[in-house]
Amino acid sequence: MSLHVDAGRPTRAPMPPGRRHVRPRSGRSFLTWLDLKAAPYLLVSPYYLLFLIFGLFPLGFTLYYSFFDYDLTGTVEWTGLGNYTAMLGDADFWKAVVNTLAMFVIATVPQILLALLLANALNKRIKFQLFVRLGVLLPLVTSVVAVAVVFTQLYGRDWGVVNWILSWFGADPIDWKAQRLPSWIAIATMIDWRWTGYNAIIFLAGMQTIPKDLYEAASIDGASRRRQFWQITIPMLRPTMIFVVLNSTIGGLTLFSEPTTFYNGNVHGGSDSQFQTVSMFIFEQGFREFDYGYASAAAWLLFLLILVGSAINFLLIRRIGGNK
Amino acid sequence: MFNNSRRGRLLAVAAVAALALGVTTACGSDDKPADNAAGGGSTAAAGPVTITLQTFGGGKNFGYKEAVDKWNAEHKDITIKYDNLTDQFEQVYWPQMIQWLQSGAGAGDVVGIDEGGMGLAKAHPEWWADLGEFGLQNRKADFADWKWENGVTADGKLFGLGTDVGGMSLCYRRDLFEKAGLPADRDEVSKLWPTWDDFVKVAHKFQDKIKDTKFVDGTNTLYNVVLVQEAAKNGNVSYFDKDNNLIVDKNPAVKSAYDFAQKISQEGLTAKLRNFTPEWNTGMKKSQFATLGCPSWMLGAVSGDGGAGPDFKGKWDVAAVPGGGGNWGGSWLAVPKQSKHPKEAAQVLDYLTGKDAEVSVFNFAGNMPSNVQAQQDPAVQGAKNEYFNDAPVGDIFAKSASALQPVFLGVKHAQVKNAVESVVSAIDDGSVPYANGWKKLVDDAVKAAG
Repeated sequence: MSLHVDAGRPTRAPMPPGRRHVRPRSGRSFLTWLDLKAAPYLLVSPYYLLFLIFGLFPLGFTLYYSFFDYDLTGTVEWTGLGNYTAMLGDADFWKAVVNTLAMFVIATVPQILLALLLANALNKRIKFQLFVRLGVLLPLVTSVVAVAVVFTQLYGRDWGVVNWILSWFGADPIDWKAQRLPSWIAIATMIDWRWTGYNAIIFLAGMQTIPKDLYEAASIDGASRRRQFWQITIPMLRPTMIFVVLNSTIGGLTLFSEPTTFYNGNVHGGSDSQFQTVSMFIFEQGFREFDYGYASAAAWLLFLLILVGSAINFLLIRRIGGNK
Repeated sequence: MFNNSRRGRLLAVAAVAALALGVTTACGSDDKPADNAAGGGSTAAAGPVTITLQTFGGGKNFGYKEAVDKWNAEHKDITIKYDNLTDQFEQVYWPQMIQWLQSGAGAGDVVGIDEGGMGLAKAHPEWWADLGEFGLQNRKADFADWKWENGVTADGKLFGLGTDVGGMSLCYRRDLFEKAGLPADRDEVSKLWPTWDDFVKVAHKFQDKIKDTKFVDGTNTLYNVVLVQEAAKNGNVSYFDKDNNLIVDKNPAVKSAYDFAQKISQEGLTAKLRNFTPEWNTGMKKSQFATLGCPSWMLGAVSGDGGAGPDFKGKWDVAAVPGGGGNWGGSWLAVPKQSKHPKEAAQVLDYLTGKDAEVSVFNFAGNMPSNVQAQQDPAVQGAKNEYFNDAPVGDIFAKSASALQPVFLGVKHAQVKNAVESVVSAIDDGSVPYANGWKKLVDDAVKAAG
C-alpha cells in the first residue's frame, strides 16, 4: 500500500502550477481543499465514527451510570462513588477477580509456551507444510459454544470421559463444576484448545521475519539448535510476543463464553461462583439482578484491571532477552 | 494526472455522501419501530398472522404441542409458533423476558410467566396489553379467585390468564423400589411415608440395598416441596411478606425447608444433581435417582424426551407426598404490549387457557389445568397417565386442585429464589460447608433482594 502512495507522488508533484488557473473560482477551491486536505480524513472517518458510536459512547455512558443506583425495573438515583465503595467491600466481586486471574494464568502460561514450541516445529521444513500449518488453526473456526459443550461433556462428574480415564489410575471422580481448582483447569483447557494454534501461527509469522543469516552465523560459531532458539528466536520475537501476550491478557481477563456455557448458560459460574469471571459478574449484576449502575461500576473496574494487567505483562515481556 | 485528481474528488464526494447517509439512517432508526408497528398493524387484517408463543420448562414444558398443532390445522388466518426458550425460568427465561419487555422489542405475542415472576409482572402494567379490551373479562368464572386475581395488574387491568397449578405428589421408580424390597404399589408406597421423617427412614432402607441409585435427585426439588408445604402453615408466605419485605431469616418455613434439604444431603441420600440441568436430565436416563418431588407439571418434565423419556415408560409411578398437599408452581399467559397483533394474540391466549386446550395439555403432559371447567371435565377427573404406570393422576391432582392455596410471592421473588437455590445446591455439591449454608443463604437472599 505505502509503496503505491510513494509512487503516486512524483506524478502529483507538477499539479500545483496547473491548479493556479482554477484558484479564483471559490467553488473549485473548496473541492480542491476537500480533495487534498479533507478526503483522507473522510476516508478514515467511518471507522472512527463507528468507534465513537459503539466504543467511546458506551464507555462514557457506562461511566456516567456507574455513579447511579440504576434498577432497570425501578428507580434511578445518584449515588456518587457509592457503587465503587460497595464493590470494593463485595466478596463476590473479589471472588470473581481471583477466579479470572487464576484462570488467566492457568490458561495463558502453558498456552504461550505450547504455541512457541508448536511454531518452532512448524517453522522447520516438513512435508505437507501448508496443510499442517492450516491444521493448527482448525480449533479456531469451531464455535466457542460447541467447544464448551463438548468439553463440558468430557468433564462430566458422573459420565465424563476425563473422570473415566482418571479412574484407570484409581482416582476418585472429580466434580469439575463444584471444586474451584478443577473447574479452572477444565475451563483453561477449553481456552487453550481453541487459541494455542492461533498464537502459534502468529509466532510462526514472527519467526519467518527473522533473518536466516543470524542462524547461519550462530551455527558457524557452534551454537546448538536449543541455544539458537533461546538466544536468537526468542529475543527477535519480542514484538510478536508483546502482541500475543497483550491479546491473551485482554482475552483472558474478559473471559465469558466458556465458563458460562460450562454451567449451562448460567452466569453464576457454579453453585458457589467457583468459576464466575468478572465479565460474568458484570452480566449477572446487570442482566440478572438488573442493577445497571453496579454492573457499570464493575465494568470500569474490569477496564482498570485490564490496563494494569496489560502494563505489567508489557513490562515483563519487554525484559525478554534484556540485553537490548 | 487530471484524471487522478478528478477521481480523488469523486471519492471525496462519495465519502461525504456515504457519511451523510450513515448519519441520516442512524438518526432515522429511532422512529422506525413505530412505522413498522403501524405497517404491521395494517397488514394484520390482510394476510395470515403468526403468533409467537414463548414458554419455558423441561421435558414437555407447558404441554401445548398437541393443542397448538390442532389450532394450526384448523386456522388458516392465525398460525401459532410455539417456542420453548429454555428449561430455566429464574436464571434464563425471566431476565431475558424482562429486558425484552423493558426495551419494547423481542418478546413473543403470547408469553408464559411462572408464579415467581407474577409479582414483578403485576407491578408493571405498562408491559402488558389489556386483555379486557379483547373481551377476556368474561373468563372470570373459569378460574379460582386467587388465580384470576394474580393476573390483574396493580392498577386493575387484566393481563394474564392461568394455565396450570402445581398440586403435589411424589414420583418414584417402581422397578427400583421392588429391587430394594420395598412395596411398589402406589397406595402402599403412600402409606410408607405419612411424614418426611418416615420418608427419610424409607430412603435409608432403600439406600442400604441399592448403591448405584440415590433415593433423591438433589436438594433443590424437595427443598421447594417442603417450602410450599411449610409456607401454607406460616401464613402462605415464603421469601417476602405481603408488604414485599424480605423475611427469609424470619419465616420458619424457609428454615424448615433448608434444614430438610441439608439433612437429606448430609445423610447421603441425594445424587447431588441440580434440577433442570442437563446433568439432572441425564440422571433420569441413567437411573441416578429413584424419587422426585412432583407437582403436576413435573410429570411432563419426567416423561418428555429431555427427561427420562420413552425408555422408562411404566417404570415411574405417582404416590402421595409426605406431609400433605401444597402448591409449587403454576403459570400464566400474557400478551406483551409490544405485540403487533394483540387482538389475534388475545384470541390465541383465550384458546390456550380454555377448557379444550387445557384438557389436551393435561392428557399430553400432565400439567393440572387451573381452568375450573377443565378440572371438572371427566376426561381430566378420570384420567390415568400411561407413562406413570396408569396412575390415576386426575384423581391425585384434580381433587386437591380446587382447594389449593396460593403462596404469596414478592416482586423480587425470582431473583431471591435463584440466589437461595444456588446455596441449596452448593451445600449438596460440597462447595459450601453445611455449617455455613444457612448464613450464606440468608446473606445471598438479602443481596439479591437489595
